[in-house]
Amino acid sequence: MPTTAIYPEPVLRRVEVTAPRANEDAEARPAEIKIATEHVSIQYGEKVAVRDVSLAVEARSIMALIGPSGSGKSTFLRCFNRMNDLIPGASVQGQVCLDDENVMDPDVSVVELRRRVGMVFQRPNPFPMSIFENVAYGPRRRGMNDRRKLDELVETSLKRAALWDEVKDDLRRKSGLALSGGQQQRLCIARVLATDPEVILMDEPASALDPVSTLRIEELMRELREAYTIVIVTHNMQQAARVSDVTAFFTMAEDRAGYLVEVGPTGRIFTRPNERLTEDYISGRFG
Amino acid sequence: MTANAGSIGRSSGAKPSLNGKASRGSILADRAATVVLWGTGALVLLILGSIILHFAMAAWGVVSLSFILDNPSQTTLGGIMPVLWNSIYMLALTMLIAVPVGLLGGIYMAEYAGDNVVTGAIRFAEESISSVPSIVVGLFGLILFVDDFHWGFTALAGALALTFFNLPLMTRLSEQALRAVPQDERSASLALGATKWQTIRHVVVPLAIPGLITGVILTAGRVFGEAAVLLFTAGIGTPPHYNFANLDITNPASPWSPFRPATTLSVYIYKLNSEGLGAFKNQIVDGSAAILISMVLIFNLGARFVGRVLTRRLTAA
Repeated sequence: MPTTAIYPEPVLRRVEVTAPRANEDAEARPAEIKIATEHVSIQYGEKVAVRDVSLAVEARSIMALIGPSGSGKSTFLRCFNRMNDLIPGASVQGQVCLDDENVMDPDVSVVELRRRVGMVFQRPNPFPMSIFENVAYGPRRRGMNDRRKLDELVETSLKRAALWDEVKDDLRRKSGLALSGGQQQRLCIARVLATDPEVILMDEPASALDPVSTLRIEELMRELREAYTIVIVTHNMQQAARVSDVTAFFTMAEDRAGYLVEVGPTGRIFTRPNERLTEDYISGRFG
Repeated sequence: MTANAGSIGRSSGAKPSLNGKASRGSILADRAATVVLWGTGALVLLILGSIILHFAMAAWGVVSLSFILDNPSQTTLGGIMPVLWNSIYMLALTMLIAVPVGLLGGIYMAEYAGDNVVTGAIRFAEESISSVPSIVVGLFGLILFVDDFHWGFTALAGALALTFFNLPLMTRLSEQALRAVPQDERSASLALGATKWQTIRHVVVPLAIPGLITGVILTAGRVFGEAAVLLFTAGIGTPPHYNFANLDITNPASPWSPFRPATTLSVYIYKLNSEGLGAFKNQIVDGSAAILISMVLIFNLGARFVGRVLTRRLTAA
């Protein structure tokens, strides 16, 4: 294919794990890779949506995927928990490893995978159930019925999602849909936390929220980073700069297939990107 | 941004006017549409209202508690209790068969089936059976259940024939109700590690309940009103005096048994109106029609109430 020559070979494929964040004091943490992709390409029928992406996400860090619309960030994110399985005609090539297991393996239980790799969607989507039942949904589906355990789990999950104080009096009476947009999104995060995941995928989690709610979600992400590995897709570059440790920049080739341009510590990507395309994008000249 | 906005819009030429001629036509069309649509709505209400009013007036003085609760009589007005019972019985028996099967069929069509030759054939069959005249379905029931199976005229034969008749509608309406549940809800559930069946059972079906109830109501209305299918299957005759204390469902004399002839209210109206003789014939027909209409209304309202309760129970319990 002639198009392969059009985009430059990604220079940096592995994350520079020794410097988690340029403007943080460089307390070197041991490099524990939580998820890694090897030559992942995703197709919808004939159309290539993502081409040959290899990158690695360090455990207990936040990676931001940035890039223009249509560059395949969300599609790529969805291969981590195999949500692309649900799209008719979608196919994924390459390897996606969670710890050392290839999640693309046909023997992998997607149910177990999605418990370990949770997802928060762009539009807050609580179920039309009580707040309690929203959070208890995941555990219940795995057969947890003990009332005391559920109560405890719902409480800790809501506390971790910084929502407990606002909803504790109406847990069982109030519908999840009766909350404000920002509260709904934190409820969705609590719902994911209740399934005890290791990785949380966030697909533009704040794009439908007001600035105050957005900041609360960002604060929450910084807190969750202590215990979870987070991958976030965002259109908002300030958000990527504020919350993430590592940033991956995607764009699309002339055949409109998305690809990874470069990935590196957020501080460096935003100040000294290696690629001209990245520089153009973050300085607003393109995208 | 705002500084540029002015230059993007109309900046030269005539000043735009708020009562331009160009919009006259569309305003007229808008008014016409309002009038026509209002008129159509009013016509529908008028038809429904006059039917109800007609039978309410015709049944005035006929319908009373004893008309509902008494057995038919040769010499006096009597009552319609046995045929009313049969209508309710047939409704329950048919729904018991048609609703689960229709719902499962709808789940298959909405959640599992791909777009292929098989589903194409199922859809074609659904549409075909729906448009077969009910008298033909009745004839089929007569041949299969009454004659071939040697069941004779029985409530069960009637209920199965009605199921044939209603299953396509029930399946199609269930499918539509399930499809109308936003994809987001399914994604949210699956992303939490729920299986496909758990997602259907705990998210999709509960959210589809209002639509499913509509399917049940439409099916039930057809069961209640259907006469042609039942003429040849559940039988047509003067209802006997039922003994409700007889709970032996294998005994054809018991009103609880599905293995007995069961003349329903609408079949009874047909019979009386075409071959009835007694002095009170017309009053009984009018009264029965009024009861039939009331039953349909009560059932519709009841089903909506049950739907609301179910939705609450299934989504927040």
